[in-house]
Amino acid sequence: MSNRFYENPVIKWIEYRLPIFHFIDESVGSGYPTPKNLNYWWNFGSLAGIVLTIMIATGIVLAMNYTPHVDYAFESVERIMRDVNYGWLMRYIHMNGGSMFFIVVYIHMFRGLYYGSFKEPRELLWIIGVFIILTMMATAFMGYVLPWGQQSFWAATVITNLFSAIPLIGESIVTWLWGGFTVGNPTLNRFYAFHYLLPFVLFGLVFVHLWALHVHKSNNPVGVDIKGPQDTIPFHPYYTMKDLYGLGVFLIFFMFFVFFAPNFFGEPDNYIKANPLVTPTHIVPEWYFLPSYAILRAVPDMWIISAKLGGVIGMFGSTLILLLLPWLDRSPVRSARFRPIYKQFFWVFVVDCLILGWVGANTPDAVFHGVPFLWIGRVATVYYFAHFLVIIPLISILEKPKPLPDSISAAVTEGGGATEAAE
Amino acid sequence: MTDTPMTNTVDTDDKTRRDFLLLSTLAVGAVGSGLAAWPFIDVMNPAADTLALSTTEVDLEPIEEGMSITVVWRGRPVFIRYRTAAEIKEAGAVSMDDLIDPEADKDRVQKPQWLIMVGICTHLGCIPLGQKSNDPKGEYGGWFCPCHGSHYDTSGRIRKGPAPKNLVVPTYRFLTDTTIRIG
Repeated sequence: MSNRFYENPVIKWIEYRLPIFHFIDESVGSGYPTPKNLNYWWNFGSLAGIVLTIMIATGIVLAMNYTPHVDYAFESVERIMRDVNYGWLMRYIHMNGGSMFFIVVYIHMFRGLYYGSFKEPRELLWIIGVFIILTMMATAFMGYVLPWGQQSFWAATVITNLFSAIPLIGESIVTWLWGGFTVGNPTLNRFYAFHYLLPFVLFGLVFVHLWALHVHKSNNPVGVDIKGPQDTIPFHPYYTMKDLYGLGVFLIFFMFFVFFAPNFFGEPDNYIKANPLVTPTHIVPEWYFLPSYAILRAVPDMWIISAKLGGVIGMFGSTLILLLLPWLDRSPVRSARFRPIYKQFFWVFVVDCLILGWVGANTPDAVFHGVPFLWIGRVATVYYFAHFLVIIPLISILEKPKPLPDSISAAVTEGGGATEAAE
Repeated sequence: MTDTPMTNTVDTDDKTRRDFLLLSTLAVGAVGSGLAAWPFIDVMNPAADTLALSTTEVDLEPIEEGMSITVVWRGRPVFIRYRTAAEIKEAGAVSMDDLIDPEADKDRVQKPQWLIMVGICTHLGCIPLGQKSNDPKGEYGGWFCPCHGSHYDTSGRIRKGPAPKNLVVPTYRFLTDTTIRIG
């Protein structure tokens, strides 16, 4: 920010007592030096933050019209759709916003995997990110229960029943989660309370995530550290503009679904009111849980661990294993651009995740060209864990990385002369 | 400490006393925090009015042989089946070695013709099919859960699929020959 700005007496008065303008400037303004070579994959962090804000804004409006009671929840959502001014728009933005949030955050995570953004010194930044995705999953799951349709009710039943797999205390935990003997009114009430609370917890986690980010600054596509002012440009106006442009493109994508295919990501069964005595014939979770769901169903009875408990461990383990990633990958080179073998296995891993999602969308006894989905799911699950526990550690020791550029500037400037020029 | 005028004895006494104070304060604090946390945990357990709905009485008179009805107990479906002689014989003839969760048919019923159990799949809580005459009943002629493919036999025991346990038999007693109270 220009010095003229700080000469304004009102700004000066505030700044002397609470240096908030400096804080903003150093966070997202001209006072934040950013690597000058960030590509469009770096847009997804700010997009995630914007989607969170959109979700909170639409969510508050929906909360003003929603009734968290088993007898009225479904009807109150229908009232939002039919009678409340722009209620349909608020709900469709919120409903599709959930899917958009996961699209954006999944891309953001794969970006981190490809460019090694989880590596030293950004391990904690990455770990906070894992807690953010876990909180997002909990928030999305509880939000999905609120309209009290058939999928809402049975998703809540199946997922809370997962906890009954815990030995000895499992059943008591499930009763405690429900506040009754089945998913019922007390369950709906507490899910609503948590669904309102967790986005603010997310907000807090995002704040800590950004705090950690600003200590060592953004990683970048070549993955070498910032070595001097020649390697950076100010965040504002360069990346504020780039983020805004990306936001425009993203909103076109987002609003296409809101206006032209609002139920694309949903299940028609959720427009049938919850009936505790009839299970829908085909229960599927929302698309963003399909890979986890495939892992849940893939695990067989093993040794003393039942298929049910094993499935639950596998499902939670598939996300929690990300916490160990900074120590499983021992290669000092961050970016996959300079890691020819890792780069190939990265793409195999992306395909494996897509296969898991595809398996999760099918019933386990279904068959694909003579191969049961159950077995495709098992192979893909084994590969998922092998990627982290075997492939990544081995590659990081055996692979010979390509030579790294001297600096960010040298890598992106013709002839690599900019380093000298800046000096 | 060396440059303070305190003698060694006073120092040791003082140290023991401080350790005692510190430990007892910590212990009281820990117990107090635990006691204060409990209401916040227990508040989420079923409330008194929820618990009060815990028994249901059912008249079995109108049910004919080979017929099933579903009643609601604590918000859950309870399957009541008037079993045919063939079904009872089939359920009794199964060897314990063939069962995933071994349990004799006679231990699951009070009167052999009346099979009463909670109609919730022990895998992940779906409602198995098999109550209506045209429902799929699975490979063992009992119930079939469509969610993840668990098959139950004519005694409601798990025979095939991911469910780990037999369908649960609730606590019930015969008030008269044709009336039961569940719960």
